[in-house]
Amino acid sequence: MKKRALFMLAILVVAGTFWGALDRIHLFGDPVRAPMDDYYLNNAQQERSVNNVVTAIVFDYRGFDTLGEAAVLFTAVCSVLALFRKGREGQ
Amino acid sequence: MNPLSVVVRTICDVFAWFMGIFGVYIIIHGHLTPGGGFQGGAVVATMIAFLLVSHGGKKLLAFARPGFYSALETTGLLLFICAGFFGITTTLFYNFLAGQGGLFGSAVPIGPNSGIINSAGTISLMNMAVGLEVIGGLSLIIIYMFKGIRLFENAEGSGETGHDR
Repeated sequence: MKKRALFMLAILVVAGTFWGALDRIHLFGDPVRAPMDDYYLNNAQQERSVNNVVTAIVFDYRGFDTLGEAAVLFTAVCSVLALFRKGREGQ
Repeated sequence: MNPLSVVVRTICDVFAWFMGIFGVYIIIHGHLTPGGGFQGGAVVATMIAFLLVSHGGKKLLAFARPGFYSALETTGLLLFICAGFFGITTTLFYNFLAGQGGLFGSAVPIGPNSGIINSAGTISLMNMAVGLEVIGGLSLIIIYMFKGIRLFENAEGSGETGHDR
């Protein structure tokens, strides 16, 4: 009984926090602070001569992130190779 | 896996070409349209899974050499890192090719335009590098996981025969 009450209390706390966060969220497409977005949208074509602003962010302004993503894929391939490699008997 | 029937094999032979071309299109037009290296590479690697399911493992492993895909993956990652490091005189991952003329250097008109494929500098170069890496990596995962299934199937006392017919 005590366990169930604790569980209900936890659910209430989580739901209240979630509801409060949803209540304060900004409208879709209307960010609270937009200077960074405006900078990208206004200057990507001129600075980096690229039409696709998403690609400009992913591969240029935030290129270091993409290096990490490529490294994650490389690590995944390495671990799969280590797991499924055909070893000799008893190894 | 055993090869599927001749109808499935014929249809897969036809559509594998379209899948490969579509993946390469997504990679090369990464700086103009939605998509890029990761997505296009995944599409091309799907072609390998497609051929594996339709033609069976014996025929696929006869021409899909793991060494080739391993070289593809390493080349892609090295090209990506080199393209990032060549701009080190300004910052890391600086787009030193954009707007300079020459390779991928055409300037883009400001505002909506129909798109110039010879633009975007290192962005298109990196898209191709990441595309090579993803093609090699995902194909290697598919090939090695298939080989891993075979490995346990032939083990002593194992009744597992895979999920093919």
